[in-house]
Amino acid sequence: MRENLHRFFRAARGVGVHVSPAESIDAMRAVAQVGISDRSVLRDALLLTLAKSQDEKLALGDCFDLFFSQPEPRQDQPEAAGEDDAAQDDDQPPSSGPASEAGEGQPPQGLGPLAQMLLSQDRNAIAAAIASASGAASLSDIRYSTQRGIFSSRILDAMGLQRLRDDLDQLTATNPSLAERLRAALDALREAVRDTVSQGLALYAREEAENLRNEILRNAPLARIERRQVAEMRALIRQIARRLRERYSKPRKRQRRGHLDVRRTLRRNAAWGGVPFLTAWKRKHRDRPKIVALCDVSGSVAQVSDFFLLLIHSLHEVVDDVRSFAFSSHLIEVSEILEAKSPEEAMSEIMSKVGFGSSDYGSSLVDFEKEFMSTLTPQTTVIVLGDARSNNLDPRADILRRISERSKRLVWLNPEGRLAWGFGDSEMPRYATFCSVVRQCATAQQLERAVSDIVATYQ
Amino acid sequence: MADQKASTSIEAVESGLAAQGYIASRQIATAVYLSQQIEKPILVEGPAGVGKTELAKAIAAWRGLKMIRLQCYEGLDEAKALYEWKYAKQLLYTQILKDKLGEVLGGAQTLHAALDQLHDFGDVFFSKEFVEPRPLLQALEQPGGCVLLIDEIDKSDAEFESLLLEILSDFQVTIPELGTVSAITPPMVILTSNSERDLGDALKRRCLHLHIGFPEQRLEERIVESRVPGISQTLRRQMVGFIHEIRSLDLKKLPSVSETIDWARVLVLLQASELDTEIVKDTLNVLLKYEADIEAATPQVTTFIAKAARSNVFG
Repeated sequence: MRENLHRFFRAARGVGVHVSPAESIDAMRAVAQVGISDRSVLRDALLLTLAKSQDEKLALGDCFDLFFSQPEPRQDQPEAAGEDDAAQDDDQPPSSGPASEAGEGQPPQGLGPLAQMLLSQDRNAIAAAIASASGAASLSDIRYSTQRGIFSSRILDAMGLQRLRDDLDQLTATNPSLAERLRAALDALREAVRDTVSQGLALYAREEAENLRNEILRNAPLARIERRQVAEMRALIRQIARRLRERYSKPRKRQRRGHLDVRRTLRRNAAWGGVPFLTAWKRKHRDRPKIVALCDVSGSVAQVSDFFLLLIHSLHEVVDDVRSFAFSSHLIEVSEILEAKSPEEAMSEIMSKVGFGSSDYGSSLVDFEKEFMSTLTPQTTVIVLGDARSNNLDPRADILRRISERSKRLVWLNPEGRLAWGFGDSEMPRYATFCSVVRQCATAQQLERAVSDIVATYQ
Repeated sequence: MADQKASTSIEAVESGLAAQGYIASRQIATAVYLSQQIEKPILVEGPAGVGKTELAKAIAAWRGLKMIRLQCYEGLDEAKALYEWKYAKQLLYTQILKDKLGEVLGGAQTLHAALDQLHDFGDVFFSKEFVEPRPLLQALEQPGGCVLLIDEIDKSDAEFESLLLEILSDFQVTIPELGTVSAITPPMVILTSNSERDLGDALKRRCLHLHIGFPEQRLEERIVESRVPGISQTLRRQMVGFIHEIRSLDLKKLPSVSETIDWARVLVLLQASELDTEIVKDTLNVLLKYEADIEAATPQVTTFIAKAARSNVFG
């Protein structure tokens, strides 16, 4: 059972439940207390000790059901292997004789154990054999889907495929109809093994596969992401948002630093005649970030803006106040749309309102100055996300200068590489003079760094 | 054998809590049982009003233990949660003992000698006498053990969580002047949280994590039955069915078990024999606490009553 629990912990890590050694010890102790005879109690006990949130409980519950839906590998596996070998050695010499006696239903003597098992069609025995063979092939080490083939063949080898092939060759000569049956049974067995391996992959390989995929996704250019990856990318962005929230949401008071707050100290110690037993210190007031985001949603940049807006708007705990504006040829405020709707709906609504035009930075900046200039305060960070390609129209860099003067910082995130800045209709160099920071922002990783740096300036 | 014992003990927990009027689901009973056996605190999460605090009270009543409650809030610190020096008493004593001190130190010729004599005194003013125990220290000092309820831990600051870690894992606290105080009998610790903020991993790791959600219909009926005995069976079925329908709406604050019980009491007081649109509309403010929620629910009342009645026939 201990072996099984360890495998379960590995499977649990696969579904994203964080199981530390200390937690696995607790779980072991809990299981020792409740026993394993009642599955629902066992499930409750594992859920109580391992899962740390409601989401984890759901994931772990599913994992538990999947894990225990397969027959448990039997412990007597080594002995079985030993028997296998012995049987093979014994059966080798008298191979030709008794085959002719075989009736329709009765499996003939002199066949290997696997062939006999298949012909007798004992489902339970076959399932148990598969399970113990997958133990021998250490199926729990499977990591990638490309390993499916090798694990299948390892399991089949462990079950004695070689011997079965020999039997099959002999039978084809002596008893064709039986050989036919055996061949069909072998196909069924292959299928069963393949299913077992797939299940193993689902149980044990999630963690590695996910890490690998996330790593690739993090460094993939956001603008050229495929449609089917969008959902995964959103999940990744949410993960990033959670990480940023955890890092920055704690209000770090700067207590016990700076100067003594005489007034509050005296008041607090009034009970002891003003003898200062308890001290009160002046605290530094710390602002939470106020962000105004201007996002280009024209053709090439739209996808990046989408992810950026999703990230910024999932940072409630960290960021006090976000106002977002989207523009291509003109500019509108989109904060409310983003707050009220799901990301998918919000984005399609924004797109239908301002998207897909050819971008005109000049007139969009004019729109902003006319209506929303008053949203800027000396605590505001203004983030502009766009490629600064203004189709050779007037860039109105003077407005950007005024924006920069009114705000704390002006950050420009450009999805294009540095090399492309200033070539063709890119106005980046002209805008860059008024920005506090200009950085490339094409992948999820760069996006995370950019937002992290912006928030960090307020800490 | 051990398995047998375990499952009967879990049932014993269930019936023990039931005797105190707390109808626990199997999961809750398992959590309580495990927490006793492996001496780990339980962290209870769930929406407001599903009986998180009640659980602690019921356990205390069932096992005949004292319950010590620590209500968390922003700004709670160790002086209010753990212990505090009785400054005033210390001051007073130094004033009163001034003469005595003079006598003791009278023989000393030099400052050095006086200091030596003072050292012989030991730290009289920093002894147990002058410690004011707060809930956490009180809990450790109960000779027969107790149930320690740390309520709404999510309202406290992150620093306070770290303070709890020593108590939760080892049942001891360290007071710099006195040394380490260990629990005489490890208390049974229950922490509750409304998930207003994410708790630290270190805290979660030390606890069994129990999530209490809204109960199933059957369970809720049993809860109402034990809390409001005067209510008839048909009405109980109807009202619980109705509340389950209400919970399917998208409301600001869903009615939880405590609201169900309140509503049952109200219905009994109004001597209602069964639900009808009129009485539900009149008493909806017991269930729903926001004007917007009441407005959203009112048009649905008739359909919900019909649905609840229909599910009764099959249930």
